[in-house]
Amino acid sequence: MQQITTEGNQERMQRLVAVRPRLISFARLQLRDLARAEDAVQEAIEAAIEKDDTFAGRSGYETWVFGILKYKILDSLRAQRREGWWQPLDEELDEAAIDRQFQKNGRWDQEARPSDWGDPETTLHSERFWKIFDLCMTALPDTAARVFSLRELMGLSTEDICRETGLKQNNCWVILHRARLRLRACIERDWLAEEA
Amino acid sequence: MFKMMMCKEATHLMSKRLDVPLTFQEKLSLKVHLAMCSYCTQCNQQFSLLHETGKQYEKLIERDIVTLSSGSGDSR
Repeated sequence: MQQITTEGNQERMQRLVAVRPRLISFARLQLRDLARAEDAVQEAIEAAIEKDDTFAGRSGYETWVFGILKYKILDSLRAQRREGWWQPLDEELDEAAIDRQFQKNGRWDQEARPSDWGDPETTLHSERFWKIFDLCMTALPDTAARVFSLRELMGLSTEDICRETGLKQNNCWVILHRARLRLRACIERDWLAEEA
Repeated sequence: MFKMMMCKEATHLMSKRLDVPLTFQEKLSLKVHLAMCSYCTQCNQQFSLLHETGKQYEKLIERDIVTLSSGSGDSR
């Protein structure tokens, strides 16, 4: 059935085209594969166009589209698991990378002591920060990146993450703790290095 | 005797607090440690910032859309 194209949905379609690159980089952080990320975004965009009349008139178009994308990303993630594309690992051997940030007695290692990143609002509005964030996410071990992304980017609870991944909740917390420590170290190195 | 928590253990609680409510004992230990350790205070802020990335991503997407619609010259 051909939909009647109103001026409103014409404009929304232009918006979708414009926001597509950002949606793809979001999906790629979670799916860790460009082709799959593009597919998920394509499906989300098609769903948004198809369901345009259910949106019509309400505010928060971007939030709505973003919500659709999150569902599509979860679908794709499930497919990745089914196809054996990725296997959540309880124990990624990255304990050493974490231990390097601390001395034997549990205090911060001199080299790893956290510094001030400046005003959080300014940081989060900086395109440079997002580039560094993207790089550091890519550098994370697979399970760490996916679990971090499910928790912090997709906003799932650790309970839901257990359901999606088959990981135990305790392991989830351990993985998140390590992921956050690795990310902070990676981001800090690049963020402060270039600014100087 | 009260045993002082070390930084590594403190980062574990800073991380956990973002995923699940801490027990009273855990909250207290973390609070005491943060009051005395400036490095952990920084780390705690960095974890909080990482915790904001999801919401912020949504705002970035919103900004892309807003920029486009205000730049299109369409007065609606």
